[in-house]
Amino acid sequence: MKNNLHFDFIADKEKNTLTIRREFLADRQLVWDCYTRQELLDQWFAPAPLTTKTKSMDFSEGGHWHYAMVEPNGTEYWGWTDYLKIKPIDYYTSLDAFCNADGEINKDLPRAEWLVTFTDKGENALVETIVTYKSLSDLETVIQMGMEQGMMATLEKLDQLLLTLKK
Amino acid sequence: MRRDIFQAVADPTRRAIIALIALQAMTPNAIAEHFDTTRQAISKHLKVLTECELVKQEHQGREIYYQLEIDKMKEIDKWLEQFRKIWETRFLQLDNLLATLKKQQK
Repeated sequence: MKNNLHFDFIADKEKNTLTIRREFLADRQLVWDCYTRQELLDQWFAPAPLTTKTKSMDFSEGGHWHYAMVEPNGTEYWGWTDYLKIKPIDYYTSLDAFCNADGEINKDLPRAEWLVTFTDKGENALVETIVTYKSLSDLETVIQMGMEQGMMATLEKLDQLLLTLKK
Repeated sequence: MRRDIFQAVADPTRRAIIALIALQAMTPNAIAEHFDTTRQAISKHLKVLTECELVKQEHQGREIYYQLEIDKMKEIDKWLEQFRKIWETRFLQLDNLLATLKKQQK
């Protein structure tokens, strides 16, 4: 499916934020569900070929999501999200973190605050995600780590595969 | 103050300047012709870009030409692009999921 859905990806170094806006061909309620319900999140959150595996989730203020992104070879990258404020179906804020399978948060790695806002755009929904890091070097650390873990490499391989298939 | 490359590309005019001189080195006057703004404003943007080492000046006779430091641009692009790809992939998956859910609703 090829379409012209709105997509912005903006890095602001002064504010240490990443702003990601994307339009979806569905109403706000349905998109909200995909972001906030475990069985749906599991179906899209980890970029292919990684898959998402939820260990526990409680989408409520003070609740959390403990999940892993799993490589085809079984390697797991554990993540933790604390939910702070929730106003269905307008927005929620959360704090992300790296952790292990037991849910122990890795304090050496940066945490970022997320503000995810849902608005109507005609019949479609627009989701704006603003990820705020304490400093941009935090963001660099996160990305660097992703590369070291091979996650990025995996994605690059996928791109190459797609290019090959298109030919 | 030491400026950095992210600050440089955060501004839409500076991004437009980068796109412009990516094609060929240009003088400040030639660059300013492409924008609905003062020559002074363009000079200020060029100063920021120069301080971030994203562009460099080259003197040709009496004229100063600005040209892009390709390697420096690649550096930012490389790691932002990686991150962007993750989000793109993620969203395509969400598109598919939403399409499936909509079919089920009917």
